[in-house]
Amino acid sequence: MNKLITVSPSPHVYEDTTVKRLMFDVVIAMLPALAMSIYFFGIGAIIVTLVAVVSCLLFEWLIQKFLLKKEPTITDGSAIVTGVLIAFNVPSNLPLGIIILGSLFAIGVAKMSFGGLGNNPFNPALAGRVFLLISFPVQMTSWPVPSGFKTGYTDAVTGATPLGIVKEGLSKGDNLTDLMAQIPSHMEMFYGRMGGSMGEIAAAAILIGFAYLLFRKVITWHIPVSIFLTITVFTGILWLVDPTKNADPIFHLLTGGVMLGAVFMATDYVTSPMTTKGMWIFGIGIGVLTILIRVFGAYPEGVSFAILIMNAFVPLINAYVKPKRFGEEVNHG
Amino acid sequence: MLKTFVKGGVHPAECKFSEDNAIVNLPLPKTVSIPIAQHIGAPSKVIVAKGDKVKVGDKIAESTGFVSANIHSSVSGTVNKIDDVLDSTGYKRTCIIIDVEGDEWNEIIDRTTDLKKEISLTEKEIIAKINASGIVGLGGATFPSHVKLSIPDGKKINVLIINGVECEPYLTSDHRLMIEKANEMLVGVQILMKALSVSRALIGIENNKPDAIAHLSLLVKNYPGIEVHPLKVKYPQGGEKQLIKALINREVPSGGLPLDVGAVVHNVGTAFAVYEAVQKNKPLFERVVTVTGQLVSKPSNFMVRIGTPVSQLIEAAGGLPEDTGKIINGGPMMGKAVSSTEVPVTKGTSGILIMSKDASKRKKESTCVRCAKCVSACPQGLEPFLLIKQTQLEKNDELEQNGIMDCIECGSCSFTCPAGLPLLDYIRLGKSRVSRIIRSRKQ
Repeated sequence: MNKLITVSPSPHVYEDTTVKRLMFDVVIAMLPALAMSIYFFGIGAIIVTLVAVVSCLLFEWLIQKFLLKKEPTITDGSAIVTGVLIAFNVPSNLPLGIIILGSLFAIGVAKMSFGGLGNNPFNPALAGRVFLLISFPVQMTSWPVPSGFKTGYTDAVTGATPLGIVKEGLSKGDNLTDLMAQIPSHMEMFYGRMGGSMGEIAAAAILIGFAYLLFRKVITWHIPVSIFLTITVFTGILWLVDPTKNADPIFHLLTGGVMLGAVFMATDYVTSPMTTKGMWIFGIGIGVLTILIRVFGAYPEGVSFAILIMNAFVPLINAYVKPKRFGEEVNHG
Repeated sequence: MLKTFVKGGVHPAECKFSEDNAIVNLPLPKTVSIPIAQHIGAPSKVIVAKGDKVKVGDKIAESTGFVSANIHSSVSGTVNKIDDVLDSTGYKRTCIIIDVEGDEWNEIIDRTTDLKKEISLTEKEIIAKINASGIVGLGGATFPSHVKLSIPDGKKINVLIINGVECEPYLTSDHRLMIEKANEMLVGVQILMKALSVSRALIGIENNKPDAIAHLSLLVKNYPGIEVHPLKVKYPQGGEKQLIKALINREVPSGGLPLDVGAVVHNVGTAFAVYEAVQKNKPLFERVVTVTGQLVSKPSNFMVRIGTPVSQLIEAAGGLPEDTGKIINGGPMMGKAVSSTEVPVTKGTSGILIMSKDASKRKKESTCVRCAKCVSACPQGLEPFLLIKQTQLEKNDELEQNGIMDCIECGSCSFTCPAGLPLLDYIRLGKSRVSRIIRSRKQ
């Protein structure tokens, strides 16, 4: 026989999933939330998203090409995911320079300096957000009011988030019932009519994205559900103990970054545990830390910090929480 | 809910193109090359010499130990030479090359096709006969069958499991056998039950073979103690440990054998061979081989004499396609790619799969993103992403602790990896290093 044939070890067939496809599935899953954001905040949401995505891609390309002198891998889609997530985590009227700086921190410091995709211990977008929150506390917490589609970018009327209103009011000794009357109803918060970071407001849209990610088998349900359950149980206990001082669990689930964080950021492959048991520990940790910060800490919101802190525990979780091996427990029938 | 194993598993495209094509006797080749190492264990010892005349079914190589097997001539003719020939393992190994002359069978073989149901031999005689007939596991592992039937003192077997799963995509040889030789196979199961002194046998069949399940379910009414169990389609259900878990919910301990949980597993093809050997005095010299692939014009199931060159099977299935990129001995998940079409069919050849040039390429490698898909795919509960890293760093102690020797090499991790990493390649390397260390420790 004079034909050349391939000789390689098994297996000889592969699933058609690639890292690129997974990343673009995440981007698709974020589109409903992006659409709601544009609906409520207008042109600003589009500008912020474009600037964040383009600067993430550009910084990754520049660093790989000129600093690391490697073949750029921006087509894998991970920088796009980071870009959209940075946009989702900032107000829709954030000055462009600050967005670019946040992207540089996320890609340059949090991702590439650790070796790029697959090696970063912290979620790059969240690291970028926290960097901006600490560096530009005023700009990062002046939230445009969701007043329907606007064509202006910086002229938005700003106000506090429901979490901020409740936190500040309670610290001044205001009555919780009065405070709840000042903020949108649970239903309004569910579809997104409230102040907040661009992508975190619309719980309904994020849940649609969650369903898509599950359907495409991009992620498993364990991390988001363990976060939701923990927050429900923890705030539920506080609420039952003293309903005049503590908001109800639904409020905690719908406000701030819980939905966005649980579905899109805590599930980041690179910075979350590998086993289902580890995922539960990770999710419960995020839920507990979030509520500790919200209820007892200085910030009104704690999801970003909670996820970053738990990111730091992931190597430890991976080292000690192992999958149960087949045949480990002997069963003689 | 259909039964299945719990941990891990994947679902590759089934592609059972040849499932409706009846088994056809392949015409006799001009020469056969019969390797003396076709089974797990010690190679057999050649007992014929150049120029000897042999008949079909004559013993031509003798078992050299407990874990070894006799080899019989698959044709009648003259021994041309004993020589090293490239076989499906990729190495040149000793083969007995016989020029075919006619088709004269050893007189002791009963060539009638009537079903012989009464089992007259005793347990010991059955095992001796299976040993003498050179029967090995025909699912592909080729472990000598008499060894699996010789239960060490102190072990108690209470169930026989018959593997009709055929979870490898493309392959249909067991499927066809269960439809066309069902009664013979079931008598074979009864013989195995008698040899093991068990009163219960479970046949596990994946639910993508509804015709085989229906046919056997009807027939087993005449065979007390035999049950047919449909199983969910999930790879690697045909793995011994996974099948035991699926059928009787027992877990073979790490490093242990099925008999540690009171079970023995045999393949349906083996059961059929046992019937022929015990009831018809016919040693193992032919088997069913599926020839298939996207490009193959006539996907087929052939009854093939051992030692027939693979090229002859491909010819009978419509010829080697122009765009052939890879020829696999076995299925796409665990089969071995061969380097030549002249390698002979052996006792372990369940199929010949031809893949196009395009399909022969591996997925492009990218970085591990720690998506954990390999962890959830592993049916043994291992962490392939960790084993590949530790193999690259030669951390052999850690590899052993992390259970690398439990790997059954099913390939689910490499199959599922979105980054296209050669996980199993590295795990095999790590396994060979660790097993060398374990062996040296024992000495």
